[in-house]
Amino acid sequence: MSDQVNYGDVEVGTELAAVSYPVTRLSLIRYCGASGDFNVIHWNERIAKAVGLPDVIAHGMFTMAEAGRFVTDWAGPKAMVLEFGVRFSAPVVVPDDDSGASISMSGQVEHKLDGNRVALALTARSGDTKVLTRARAVVRLP
Amino acid sequence: MAINPDFLGKTFPPGEPYEISRVKLAEFADAIGDPNPLYRDRSAAVHAGYPDVIAPPTFPIVIGMASSARALADPGLNLNYAMVVHGEQRFTYTRPLHAGEVVTAQVTISDIKQVGRNSLMTTTTKIATLDGEHVCTAEATLVERGGAG
Repeated sequence: MSDQVNYGDVEVGTELAAVSYPVTRLSLIRYCGASGDFNVIHWNERIAKAVGLPDVIAHGMFTMAEAGRFVTDWAGPKAMVLEFGVRFSAPVVVPDDDSGASISMSGQVEHKLDGNRVALALTARSGDTKVLTRARAVVRLP
Repeated sequence: MAINPDFLGKTFPPGEPYEISRVKLAEFADAIGDPNPLYRDRSAAVHAGYPDVIAPPTFPIVIGMASSARALADPGLNLNYAMVVHGEQRFTYTRPLHAGEVVTAQVTISDIKQVGRNSLMTTTTKIATLDGEHVCTAEATLVERGGAG
């Protein structure tokens, strides 16, 4: 949970403090259940490998959800997300071990717009791999 | 095997109206590991100016899931789901969804194209209240990988 960020507090280039979120096989199984997306590549290593993936991979939407959490935690409870878009550039590969993988988020204020809106440019990495590109959010701040 | 281009522009009728419950929002927030009280504590949500607990920004994908699953399962579309990965996703919001409201999701196949060996398909899902108030539009680009076939 974060404090509230106000429009007047931020400038172009203001950094969002980096955060890393864990993702394990259990995260993916829970996400399958909560989202209704039971695509086998998110829980079945045998089939994931048979279709040419290195291992089970996270749902793109799980990764995007972590990016969303990064934005809303930064912006605070009185902010509102108006636009949010990403390109999934590489899968988050989740090994079958106790630590799983991690999604490391960073970002900065790219533009200040009218109507108390700010455009954020986000970066998401898993290990050394950039897993999201063109990740942008527009948020209205108080 | 490629996605059937005849489906370009096809709009699927909205499925059953979706009633957003506090329990579902809390379950989804738990599944993404997000402890934000706006998703599970009504008084925190009311304090922030909302009528009830709200949905995380990516929750609309769940509402669109039933409608888009029906569209993707149409055998005429010729989509091999095990070969599908999510290419891009974009949301535009009029406001956050909140518990207690009933919405519908209408899916349109807005683009189909072939890029190398891969087929790309974009769906546009409009989520609106039963009164027709727009809440969120979700645009998804799915990639059917052609490499392993």
